[in-house]
Amino acid sequence: MDINFTAEEAAFRDEVRAFLKDKLPEDISRKVKEHKRLGKEDTIRWQKILNEQGWLALHWPKEHGGTGWSPIQKHIFEEECAEAGAPTVLPFGVNMVAPVIIKFGTQEQKDYYLPRILKSEDWWCQGYSEPGAGSDLASLKTRAVREGDHYVVNGQKTWTTLGQHADMIFCLVRTDPDAKKQEGISFLLIDMNTPGITVRPLITLDGEHEVNEVFFDDVKVPVENLVGEENKGWTCAKYLLTFERTGIAGVGQSKAALAHLKQVAAQQISNGRPLIEDPHFRRRLADVEMELMSLEMTNLRTVAAAEAGGVPGAESSFLKIMGTELRQEITHLFRTAAGPYALPFLNEALHDDFDGNYVGPEFAASVSARYFNFRKLSIFGGSNEIQKNIISKMILGL
Amino acid sequence: MDFKLSDEQRMLEETVGRLVRDTYTFEVRNKSLESEQGFSADVWQQFAELGLLGVPFSEEAGGFNGGGAELMVVAEGFGRGLVVEPYLATVVLCGTLVDKLGSDQQKEALVPAIIGGETRLSLALYEPNGRYEHNRVTTSAKKDGEGYVLNGEKAVVINGDSADQLVVIARTSGAEDDRAGLSAFLVDGNAAGVSRRGYPTIDGLRAAEVVLKDVKVGADALLGAEGQAIDALEDSLALGLVALCAEASGAMEVACDQTLEYIKERQQFGVPIGKFQALQHRMVEMRMELEKVRSITMLAACSLNESRELRDKRLAAAKAQVGKSGRRVAEEAIQLFGGMGMMEETPISHYAKRIVMIDHHLGDSEYHYGRLESLLDVE
Repeated sequence: MDINFTAEEAAFRDEVRAFLKDKLPEDISRKVKEHKRLGKEDTIRWQKILNEQGWLALHWPKEHGGTGWSPIQKHIFEEECAEAGAPTVLPFGVNMVAPVIIKFGTQEQKDYYLPRILKSEDWWCQGYSEPGAGSDLASLKTRAVREGDHYVVNGQKTWTTLGQHADMIFCLVRTDPDAKKQEGISFLLIDMNTPGITVRPLITLDGEHEVNEVFFDDVKVPVENLVGEENKGWTCAKYLLTFERTGIAGVGQSKAALAHLKQVAAQQISNGRPLIEDPHFRRRLADVEMELMSLEMTNLRTVAAAEAGGVPGAESSFLKIMGTELRQEITHLFRTAAGPYALPFLNEALHDDFDGNYVGPEFAASVSARYFNFRKLSIFGGSNEIQKNIISKMILGL
Repeated sequence: MDFKLSDEQRMLEETVGRLVRDTYTFEVRNKSLESEQGFSADVWQQFAELGLLGVPFSEEAGGFNGGGAELMVVAEGFGRGLVVEPYLATVVLCGTLVDKLGSDQQKEALVPAIIGGETRLSLALYEPNGRYEHNRVTTSAKKDGEGYVLNGEKAVVINGDSADQLVVIARTSGAEDDRAGLSAFLVDGNAAGVSRRGYPTIDGLRAAEVVLKDVKVGADALLGAEGQAIDALEDSLALGLVALCAEASGAMEVACDQTLEYIKERQQFGVPIGKFQALQHRMVEMRMELEKVRSITMLAACSLNESRELRDKRLAAAKAQVGKSGRRVAEEAIQLFGGMGMMEETPISHYAKRIVMIDHHLGDSEYHYGRLESLLDVE
């Protein structure tokens, strides 16, 4: 047993680090580290830099322009990116729909979409959730009826993350209403500019426009936009979800956030002394650091098992629960660190182009919004309760 | 990075596993508890024959040359079986301390005897008013001609009632909590002036309150240089922490498995209670705590050769996690077993007791949170 990385793994880490030092734009990393909201341009600029390096498509096989990296390499890369303050790659195109196209798509679909995804020419969004079909995904109702060489789509999707920027949406639609729940679903790629699509913003409790409702009203979708077989879309859906769960522990993000929290706590004064010396606060920092050590090792055990050929299965549900709870706890501590300055809410101060005066310390401007925003972590991607159901069934056999 | 066990480590795991599975039944264990010394001398001899008592010692001394990972593997197995034999006291704490501090003569006299199962030792470290602070020692050792005279009281000396020899940590100089000035002495358990009040602990072990009154020892009783025991003592305590975390990990694994089995079988309202989501989620949380403890125990076990500060930080985190997660698993196990979990005849109650009581050995989670806090910035 050896918990240290091998020489090759360490060398790879150095290579990643050098790249990030060299190529990650300072203005972008500063925004990420200061928890400012990134614009669409920042995300695309960074994705183009990654693509030039050939490091955008972590999970793709090499022949399609992916990295072909091992689970450990992906882990190291993601950890270094988080530490350096690199923006998260928008997952919907690169990490979600692309693997599905590679696995189930036609040659034409691969030839057309994959290069566009690599070059960030299409901004993708996800059309999975519906009102009434969140964690119970298979109860979705959006209908697609085939008429000649088109499907006609009617229905509504919701929680569509960053759909306001999207050029394309991948959707689960019901093509056979008489079949059993999981059967009769198909996987469609839909151009967001098609007539009949309406995007309505949903403003979340932190004042952010991150998610949307998408309405389909007699939307005509060419049949060649069907991925896989008609009525077999559930296979694609499940396959996609296995990619949604990589990097789910968020260890890098938690480490970076904890380091920032310590800096902040060293500057804040409580009872005439730095907050970081306050015994109660320090105890809570210690607890978070301890839980993070446990999580990191649990994550590494899972990564190592995947490296050895195991498929990350229900274990990723452990990582999702532990990781999201920890990230939420850290946002809570940030809020605590801000004290009364957790109260002021200048929505404009959270945007990257803000040049006005902050109320209180700059770090405090975002803490409460982020705390409330991060409540989503235990809800999305299959709520933590759903993850517990998965573990009960798959690991415990209950 | 490689979480797999080496061939030698797997061999150790199998040896301990077989022993615990085949001979260390719950009934055998309970019978051992009833004996005067609280464990089985036969089982101890078996440990010796299988080489288990030599795990942390060098090959030249007849040992296995094992480090943290080897100790972890053994202690996990012991945890699965709720082994009560004095392995922690004799081999892990005292054995390694003698090995590190002792002169060639002292080692020759003791190490092979420990490995062979002929001598059992016990570490007399903590004191009635010292809680878990290992350097808060008031027991004094004063020069007396060539030798020393020891006076003081030692608290909750695990297996101290039956040990052939005590390794007494005493102050030869310095204030009550100075790191310098601590010395380790070998004291015969039956020496004049040593009184031992033995008693059972709630988790099935034995311990003793030890009073030393004008105990005279020769110069050859001193281990290492006078006043210089602290570093070696901390090295041995580090091994002890790894062993305790691993033991907790093994015991928690069985507690989770037994609870899972129980809720799959126990019927209420016409179905197994494991069909109820409220209980499923609690069971999942137990398993999550177990995974954390497994992970951080590996981290601790593989960190013994890191810098002292980093080692101590990781050990503190591991023991704090064991305290926090262990309590949760033990309490949930009893709860999910319902009334049966409250019964002495149900093994789970014994697992729960051991898991919770591990928190009281070598520092509880509060104590280790404190240590972790002081080392928070160590990378």
